[in-house]
Amino acid sequence: MGRVWRYGDDVNTDVIFPGKYTYKIMSDEEMASHALEDLDPSFAKNVKVGDIIVAGKNWGYGSSREQAVKCLKVAGIKAIIAESFARIYYRNCINLGLPAITLKHDDIEKFDANDEVDVDIENGIIVNRTKNFEIHFPPFEGYVMDIIKAGGIIEYIHRQVSSQ
Amino acid sequence: MGMTLTEKILARKASKKEVQPGEIVTVEPTWVMSHDNSAAILLKFKKTGVKKVWNPKKIVIILDHTVPAPTAEYANNHKSIREFVKEQGIENFWDINTGICHQVMAEKGYDLPGAVIVGADSHTTTPGAFGAFAAGIGRSEVAAIWATGKIWLRVPESYEIIVNGRMPKGVFAKDLALHIIGNIRASGAVYKAVEFKGETIKNMTIASRMVLTNMSAEMGAKNGIIEADNKTEAYLKDRARKFYEIMHPDEDAEYEKRYEYDASDLVPKIAFPHTVDNVYDIEKAEGIEINQVFLGTCTNGRVEDLEIAAKILKGKKINPNVRMLVFPASWEIWKEADKRGILHILADAGAVIMNPGCGPCLGAHAGVLADGDKCLSTANRNFKGRMGNPNSEIYLGSPATAAVTALKGYISDPREVL
Ligand code: SF4
Repeated sequence: MGRVWRYGDDVNTDVIFPGKYTYKIMSDEEMASHALEDLDPSFAKNVKVGDIIVAGKNWGYGSSREQAVKCLKVAGIKAIIAESFARIYYRNCINLGLPAITLKHDDIEKFDANDEVDVDIENGIIVNRTKNFEIHFPPFEGYVMDIIKAGGIIEYIHRQVSSQ
Repeated sequence: MGMTLTEKILARKASKKEVQPGEIVTVEPTWVMSHDNSAAILLKFKKTGVKKVWNPKKIVIILDHTVPAPTAEYANNHKSIREFVKEQGIENFWDINTGICHQVMAEKGYDLPGAVIVGADSHTTTPGAFGAFAAGIGRSEVAAIWATGKIWLRVPESYEIIVNGRMPKGVFAKDLALHIIGNIRASGAVYKAVEFKGETIKNMTIASRMVLTNMSAEMGAKNGIIEADNKTEAYLKDRARKFYEIMHPDEDAEYEKRYEYDASDLVPKIAFPHTVDNVYDIEKAEGIEINQVFLGTCTNGRVEDLEIAAKILKGKKINPNVRMLVFPASWEIWKEADKRGILHILADAGAVIMNPGCGPCLGAHAGVLADGDKCLSTANRNFKGRMGNPNSEIYLGSPATAAVTALKGYISDPREVL
């Protein structure tokens, strides 16, 4: 179970992970400490493993930098639920093993910050325990599910190679 | 429910009866393409631990971005690619003497109706001109395909762009592309499949159709696509590398949006610096003094583009204040243009004829702009610093506009001379 961090439309990659750090090599912890720095300074301090982000339209537009996904993943975020994702951001999410779930506007509106939520990736079920409702989404297709379960596409390939 | 052309291709490749927008499918691409960036991709590939690529016959590598190598670093990159190609037995390797990847993909018969083509270059939307599904992907994803042979794709929603009417004299596919992008805007079709239809498109040459699918990337589209027809088949006759099947969208296919344009009232267009959707009628740009004219690229470096420029410049001299650079998009084009005397006419007029490749398009090779320079380019992008100098300006226009501008020394309307 995790808590909801609630954000609006058009959150760009620059506020998720500031451009000034893009070419700096950093540890996972340091990366997590800059997550959402310019949008919500309370996030990095208070985020817990298993929390989820619920956002509006066009989450993650802007640059193709993978750190904008990675920083949230290493901060403990279990899934991002949004009305829509920027194309490259969506691909980066899956390929780095962070589930990106798309819901309709009306369903997104049902979530508030700090709601306690369970996300069952495998069966495609989101349970909001605070507000007592359940939303279903189509589970990821086979290969994509394998990538997510492995924690990313590179890890997935690694596993394949080592199991051979 | 009926399916759009993009949906049909993805469904067939994924061995499904039907797919819907938003659905994720996993497919084995017909071809996976990369260029000089293969040097970076092969390092990622090696990190996966996989020793042999999944299928060396389906990997296409074309050296075009910095050819011949301008620095030791680029030379070493090329070298590492050549070694990798040998080691892996990759047959579809085209070295620096071939041309720009998107042009070579067409000429060498990889762009086929119904194919699924992915490439590590944002203008991999180009093969859509042949009725293929074609999209740009990231470098890590190319490395992953080399290793596994698979890619997952989210089925995009489709837009239909219908163009009817006869294009007026002096107005070309490039002007239409700029007009549409100016209207839909740079983010107007993000992630969408854009399907071009209508009699104007049917009447276009293959080269002109490629301008539209090439520039689909500039409205954010995942892919641009045009139904194949007998012109496509004629082009592919002695080129196609594989059996292919022409697919058509269903009559009752559902499109998220529809845009309609009348080509008969179009005028030449110019995209002003520094965004491709900053488009105006040529009238507003007329008189802007230009230092360099760049004719070429995967957008407008084909025979018909060089030919129209030669028609305008025949027997004339370009303005002495202008440097005109001509980069045919491939050696096949270079040779054809040479045979027809086009290159000679352009050289006589004072143009510098360069070797096929991307040239100054991305600022990593010859033809870089000086501070304060203004360039009229036939490329697809005019972002700040794109041609290697952030203190310069790039205006985009058609090859005819480029030629008449070189002649006059300032941006001019080609309708006055055609
Ligand atoms: S010509 Fe320009 S746009 Fe086309 S592939 Fe080369 S660098 Fe990219």
